[in-house]
Amino acid sequence: MTDIITTALLSLGLIFFFGVSVGLLRFPDFYTRSHAAAKGDTLSTTLLLLGLILYHFFNMELSWGSVSLCIKIFCILLFVSITSPTSSHALIDAGYESGLEPWTRDKGEDR
Amino acid sequence: MENLFIIEGVILLILMLPVLFRVVMGPTVIDRMIGVNIIGAKTTVLLILIGTLYGRLDMFVDLALTYALLNYIGSLASARFIQRRKTPEPEVIESMEMEP
Repeated sequence: MTDIITTALLSLGLIFFFGVSVGLLRFPDFYTRSHAAAKGDTLSTTLLLLGLILYHFFNMELSWGSVSLCIKIFCILLFVSITSPTSSHALIDAGYESGLEPWTRDKGEDR
Repeated sequence: MENLFIIEGVILLILMLPVLFRVVMGPTVIDRMIGVNIIGAKTTVLLILIGTLYGRLDMFVDLALTYALLNYIGSLASARFIQRRKTPEPEVIESMEMEP
């Protein structure tokens, strides 16, 4: 039972990361690419780390070392889920302030 | 369960290759920065996976935490630097310009 939950969470994380890589290759503009990158990356990292936390939570012995491991990985998950959207927003804002223009359909070229 | 982790580590590595393609080929500078951010975030997951496989998880969790912090600081510093430049246009390599 616990194996099924771990496998499902890890597979979901990989599916979302596959969406990120396809989106990075196919979108025509920097702004649309960073949509796929920021959202998909945060979600897939969160799901993968959650799967690893559950795997260690169900297979651990009750000592302080194992409990602190689960708490540490949970701290990494909190940190990534807070800071990854922040850094993506900082990058997009830097691009906008420097004057990158969005892609419109009638311009038609790949940027 | 260990086979699942090995397969997943390999798939994670293979799926990082298109992101590396975007880092190399991206027309603007910020495309490359986003690619580096993604590769850094996935490296922390890969480090914890390797720690699970080798059994020495307590060492690898500390490495993953440090790498997540460094990735964030690097992305913020680069965004701050790019904001002070002018337009990040697609670059033209100097040697490829033809003289009339």
